[in-house]
Amino acid sequence: MLPRLEPRSGVSAAMMLLTPAIAVGLTLIAGVIMFAALGFDPGRALYTFFVKPVSTLYGVSELLVKATPLAIIGIGLALGFRANVWNIGAEGQFTLGAICGGGVALALHGVESWLVLPAMAVAGILGGLAWGAIPALLRVRFNANEILTSLMLTYVATLLLSYLVHGPWRDPDGLNFPESRMFEDSALLPVILDETRLSIAAPITLLIVLAGWLVLSRAFLGFQIKVVGQSPAAASYAGFSEKRLIWTTLCVSGALAGLAGMFEVSGPIGQLHPVVSPGYGFTAIIVAFLGRLHPVGVLFASLLIALSYLGGELAQIELKLPLALTGVFQGMLLFFLLGTDVLIRYRVRFGRRGAQIALPQGG
Amino acid sequence: MDTAAAVIVSMMAAATPLLYAALGELVTEKSGVLNLGVEGMMITGAVTAFATATITGSSAIGIVAGAAAAMALSLIFAVLTLSLVANQVATGLALTIFGIGLSALIGQGYVGTPLDALPKLDIPGISDIAFVGPVVFGHDFLIYFSFVMVGVVAWFLYKTRAGLVLRAVGESHDAAHAIGYPVIGIRYLAVAFGGAMAGVGGAYLSVAYTPMWIENMTAGRGWIALALVVFATWRPGRVLLGAYLFGGVTILQLHGQGFGLGIASQILSMLPYLATILVLVLISSDRALIRLNAPADIGKIFRPAS
Repeated sequence: MLPRLEPRSGVSAAMMLLTPAIAVGLTLIAGVIMFAALGFDPGRALYTFFVKPVSTLYGVSELLVKATPLAIIGIGLALGFRANVWNIGAEGQFTLGAICGGGVALALHGVESWLVLPAMAVAGILGGLAWGAIPALLRVRFNANEILTSLMLTYVATLLLSYLVHGPWRDPDGLNFPESRMFEDSALLPVILDETRLSIAAPITLLIVLAGWLVLSRAFLGFQIKVVGQSPAAASYAGFSEKRLIWTTLCVSGALAGLAGMFEVSGPIGQLHPVVSPGYGFTAIIVAFLGRLHPVGVLFASLLIALSYLGGELAQIELKLPLALTGVFQGMLLFFLLGTDVLIRYRVRFGRRGAQIALPQGG
Repeated sequence: MDTAAAVIVSMMAAATPLLYAALGELVTEKSGVLNLGVEGMMITGAVTAFATATITGSSAIGIVAGAAAAMALSLIFAVLTLSLVANQVATGLALTIFGIGLSALIGQGYVGTPLDALPKLDIPGISDIAFVGPVVFGHDFLIYFSFVMVGVVAWFLYKTRAGLVLRAVGESHDAAHAIGYPVIGIRYLAVAFGGAMAGVGGAYLSVAYTPMWIENMTAGRGWIALALVVFATWRPGRVLLGAYLFGGVTILQLHGQGFGLGIASQILSMLPYLATILVLVLISSDRALIRLNAPADIGKIFRPAS
């Protein structure tokens, strides 16, 4: 008796919330098998990976520091994914935000004004927005696939940052390392918890979550996004402009990624490096899906995924496990989530097709 | 070897990984499946081939292992998207994220390990002829085999019955299903073929092009291969053309500094990515061309009405 899939009459709301939990459970089981295969005590490894990082107040603050960019980017991506606009280049938009925000900080070096940070934020947002607007233009005007163009622009952005910190923006007083000078205090985000790196970026993230939730549930834009995602034909009959949605979602997700990039360099990093992100832009894709493409869900998902970053770092230090395990865990989680998501629209049935009808015929 | 011959030879080597990956993805897409995980499959193929070649001492076994590993990865994609009707775009991305992590995990013991490059054809007397010798008779077998595969894929798709069925499945899975063709089974095979070819492309990088293992050594080539399929408007011959064009751009970037252009290496390294965008824009803006050539049911989920 092979299991088979039977369509549900509608979308199962319970499964929408249950499958992420099932996926996390399956990922942990797979993790146990993987750790055992690598020759580690699975219990100790899982504890090091998922519990120990948040066993101190500092650990929790670091969790929030890592979750902040993931949540900000993830909310923007979720809006686009709902409308079937696939912005895969958030990493590049994040990098551009870091470049523009950081550029302003370097340009205003020596300026002691509260206006420095807002100026950096505006520059970061505009940088990310511009980098997101390019794929939008190419898609709307030239029909070019936004997945590929936004991704190619990520490589361009990374190389641009590398060029800047190796060349024109290199610290003039430094030891020839490829990095900019440290930002002045006026260009650093205020820390809200002493002895930690937790900055005002965290509460701002909550405001963005709220804004995203309002847009999706109350605004006409959110309604259009949902209709386009669920039924492109209906959206077209209703006269919703697909082009405008492509523009809006790519610009909004680009702007948010840019803001996250600016937060990163003016917060935890404090200067420009050749590498400003451990793949936040790509990981935020997983965050968006795990969070059910909903801003509140994205918030919770960002915390979970942030934990996998912290766990990976700690496991590298304590167990000498490779840092790449983080990516493996994240990829597995998305696999299991996508696989179990079938339960939202289908139920699994065992037994032969049409067995119920066969009974009365037999009698 | 004179300069012109050296440039052509290095262009061919740079083009070959793209050619394999794009040919495989072309067959996958012709069956109506869009697998965005090419980058992840290539990098897994690269690390598996390198590790296997180092352990066994045989590049050939390494290449086969690379193809097999990438194919295994593509089967995860197939199960999720074909049997469990998951979104193809999201699953492809997951495959890439997973593949990059997995490859770094497998490869951590192999960073900096030396490996002999795949031997090149060397016919005494003939391979030494000026220009023609190195350009025609001086390559490793994977380069020659890539030409064979272009011919095989073209012949299969357009001259065989099985190829016709595969294309029919990609154009209209409902019609193909109604006639009685096993849509899901055919797509499984097409995805597996695409995976194996991406694995060979990755293997070429790590055992022939630059015989070593570096994390993330594919550097976006899987994504460029995806763009090449669009550039080629889903025709095998044009994939060959496109791959060599990109090989040329890569060489331009590598030799740019040698020519004394005075441009920073990072700016020159942007060239292949910018060229990809340019090419995509040029081809895609002709909407009729895309509509005529793209498989009509690409990326759509198939559930047989029972």
